[in-house]
Amino acid sequence: MSELQEKLVFDRPESVIDRPTHYCPGCHHGVAHRLVGELLDEMKLREESILIGSIGCSVFLYNYLDIDAVEAPHGRAPAVGTGVKRARPDKFVLTYQGDGDLASIGMAEIMHAANRGERICVVFVNNTVYGMTGGQMAPTTLVGQRTTTCPGGRCRDKEGLPIKMTEIISQLGGVAFAGRASLDSVKNIRTAKKYLRKAFECQVQDRGFGFVELLSACPTNWKMPPVKANERIREEMIPYFPLGVYKDVTEEGGAC
Amino acid sequence: MSRIEVLEDRCKGCLLCTTVCPVQIIVQSQRFNQNGYKVAEVPEEEKEKCTGCASCALICPDLAIRVYRTPKAKKGED
Repeated sequence: MSELQEKLVFDRPESVIDRPTHYCPGCHHGVAHRLVGELLDEMKLREESILIGSIGCSVFLYNYLDIDAVEAPHGRAPAVGTGVKRARPDKFVLTYQGDGDLASIGMAEIMHAANRGERICVVFVNNTVYGMTGGQMAPTTLVGQRTTTCPGGRCRDKEGLPIKMTEIISQLGGVAFAGRASLDSVKNIRTAKKYLRKAFECQVQDRGFGFVELLSACPTNWKMPPVKANERIREEMIPYFPLGVYKDVTEEGGAC
Repeated sequence: MSRIEVLEDRCKGCLLCTTVCPVQIIVQSQRFNQNGYKVAEVPEEEKEKCTGCASCALICPDLAIRVYRTPKAKKGED
């Protein structure tokens, strides 16, 4: 009897392909993929979406999300997204970028796409390191963090302070939603999903550019076990990258 | 009774699920899967403690946990 009543309350969203990922144990890309997949299902956008993949560990995202995709050159996802959205304004356009891709080589593209208020959504996964290429220093690497290109730790005088992308993006005119969430705990994952939903809604309602930064862990390149890497987000990253909504035109009552 | 099912071929043994379980019943097993990861499991004697909160599934980066929940007996029945 109890077998009959048993309900499956948590399973893979339809938009996420049933396939093992190539990510290291404890990598938060999987959580970010799932949140995007759940929202595409819930908002019924799966058949309407075009994904712009970027370079980084998430380069194979088109293997994991069951939606049409274009692979952009390194950092150029917002530029490719602009073209896709202008050619097919009826489609939902989503880019998924890491911090090396978005905040370093792709800085010009993201700034101008946001400033123009392109109707695209950007999922920005910030793990403070270049993951795929072997753990080099990224623009978001924290001061004192050791990487292969700053073996003594990032130095404030030589390499500058980590760039706070969400704060910068939220200052630009065309942005409808900019928020930063973290993937380190159940509560923060739920908040992350809420922010992603808002960013997606801003595009669906033609309000402007949606930007969500997700603080995530890279246990391999941080050279720590996954559980400890998760704690590092809480102890080191969140104090420097404060969580929250930085801009939300839906709350202000007017579109850009 | 609620329960979780760990998809052992997907589990990478990161053990993030063990940190979020409110009743702390998820542990690392001594079994390896074919990728060489020691998978997470709920020991047989702890199984009935599962509350079906789905926290473990929510934090699992590899979608390796399915959560089943059985609704409590209806009010009219007791």
